[in-house]
Amino acid sequence: MSLDISFIGILIGSIMASSVPLILAASGELITERSGVLNLGVEGMMIIGAISGFALMVITDNLFIAIVGSMLSGVIISLIFGFLTQSLLTNHVATGLALTIFGIGLSAMLGKNFVGIPGKEFPILFSSLRESIPFFGPILFGHSIVLYFAFALPFLTNYFLKKTKLGLVVRAVGDSPVSASNQGINVILVRYCCILYGGAMCGLAGAYLSLIYTPQWIENMTAGRGWIALALVVFATWSPIKVLIGALIFGGITILQLHMQAIGFRIPVQFLSALPYLMTIIVLVVISRDSRKIKLNTPTSLGRIFYKEK
Amino acid sequence: MALYFFTPFIAIILTILGGGIIFYILGFNPIEALKFYFITPISNLYGFSELLLKATPLCLIAIGLSFCFKSNNWNIGAEGQLTFGAIVGGGVALLFYNQEGFYILPLVILAGAIGGMIFALIPAILKTYFNTNEILVSLMLVYVSKLLLDYLVVGPWSNPEGFNFPETRQFSDSSRMPLLFEGLRIHAGIFLALAAVMLSWFILYKTYLGFQIKVSGLSLKTAKYAGFKGKTMILVVFMISGACAGLAGVGEITGPIGQLHRMISPDYGFTAIIVAFLGRLNPFGIIFASLVVALTYLGAETAQIFLQIPKYTGQVFQGMILFFLLASDYLLFFKVKILSLKKNELRH
Repeated sequence: MSLDISFIGILIGSIMASSVPLILAASGELITERSGVLNLGVEGMMIIGAISGFALMVITDNLFIAIVGSMLSGVIISLIFGFLTQSLLTNHVATGLALTIFGIGLSAMLGKNFVGIPGKEFPILFSSLRESIPFFGPILFGHSIVLYFAFALPFLTNYFLKKTKLGLVVRAVGDSPVSASNQGINVILVRYCCILYGGAMCGLAGAYLSLIYTPQWIENMTAGRGWIALALVVFATWSPIKVLIGALIFGGITILQLHMQAIGFRIPVQFLSALPYLMTIIVLVVISRDSRKIKLNTPTSLGRIFYKEK
Repeated sequence: MALYFFTPFIAIILTILGGGIIFYILGFNPIEALKFYFITPISNLYGFSELLLKATPLCLIAIGLSFCFKSNNWNIGAEGQLTFGAIVGGGVALLFYNQEGFYILPLVILAGAIGGMIFALIPAILKTYFNTNEILVSLMLVYVSKLLLDYLVVGPWSNPEGFNFPETRQFSDSSRMPLLFEGLRIHAGIFLALAAVMLSWFILYKTYLGFQIKVSGLSLKTAKYAGFKGKTMILVVFMISGACAGLAGVGEITGPIGQLHRMISPDYGFTAIIVAFLGRLNPFGIIFASLVVALTYLGAETAQIFLQIPKYTGQVFQGMILFFLLASDYLLFFKVKILSLKKNELRH
């Protein structure tokens, strides 16, 4: 029995690890969307973060530089999106798609010489406690600092949006850019900041994959996680805490299917993999039917172009 | 108006320049690399046939998408509709795997179109009756359909004599698109694409439905005021779009591929969105755009062989084309503003 319990502890620990990139990317995208901008470029920004983090680690041999660099590269690539949608008033959907397509291509181009290079071990915290405490050890301890940050992020995001003045500004810009603008808020500037912040978080999510989760560079290694993160924001009805819960569910499905395969469970793996997408559609249907529910958290002007007459 | 159709050319030129700069940064001779990309692939007959082969699905899907985009319906799940069309069409082809007959290919094609249509109806019905966002639903369904295909080719539909490779049996010759020339891969599917171009031009510019689509795209309020049946129109444009994507999928599996496996499309469904934009949602513009974008696929393959760079680089060009195209639209926006200012001045 004690074996079972410690196994479950390890299982929960691995579910947490697999949900980290989803939490980071979705929390970033959530802020972007709350400001009224729909950026479908999550996958592209993540993969750029993954390659630049890994490349910087190989070149500088410094993990701190690699992590910061991956966030910076996310910021730079999202700046393209910001410039196009905010300054040149392009369509959000098309620009975001272009960003994803461009990002996947560019990362493969940049990563050409980094395929097959072994990664470096990322330091984990409290590794001794992980071994000594039976059930809670593998859950609470022995993770990288990025994981702890990721699990704090939804709460910080929630606090930011609900309790700070800046958070109110972001929500105002997302709900009614015209009234926000009339209040003297620089809508374009706020949206730029939210886009760049989203880029930084997606870059970090990518670096988590290439530096910590599976420390190596493989072409297209984000493997659709960016799209799941996008789904997650909707699944969570734009609420940060629900992002955390959703990420654990979606991450849990990924881990579960690995274990189910191992014990020869009879449900085909593909059906489990499809669950996050199907669940997102169901949630969408449920929240969209009730217009009050969707209005509660949904940024009203999501994806609409804002243009200030001069 | 002239500028509207001129900016795609500006975007293409800027993309080529941008590509040259990226090649230069990566340490290649930019002129030589660009030559491998845009000239070498089509410098012989075989290459030209490959260009048409890749342009065919892009053109078909983009034609379908133009109906959705023109009427402000954001179907971005064409890749899923393509996959599902290929599954349904491929399923029919597998039923007849050991039979020959002239009726098989038309059945397979029809099944593919219906498959794509049904799959596109899901986001359309959810949008019309449950008010859900069609962007997210159609996108999610892409992954569902790809996983379904994956399940089928490793599971129930895998080739019993296939040594557990993730692929189905080869289709019989009667389920294959006839080849147009000996030794080239270009097949009769190109006529489907051309027919779609003609038909879409007719529907969009000569029928009441086309008029409704265009008005709804310009102003939903006007469309409502005019009494158009908005819901029916949404369903119809999604069905057209899905059928086109399904046809593209069936064209791929009955054309160059000849069976079902995991990789039936190198993201044609997503790339076709770029084609639709580059072609300005105009049927004839789309023909041109599909050739340009098909060249980026071919160029990436050539560059992979000659320059040892990953073939994902094609996507760098595809992404850039769309970036530059969207950016150059700002010029149009500007012009509209100047014109409207002039009008205002006239009034005062």
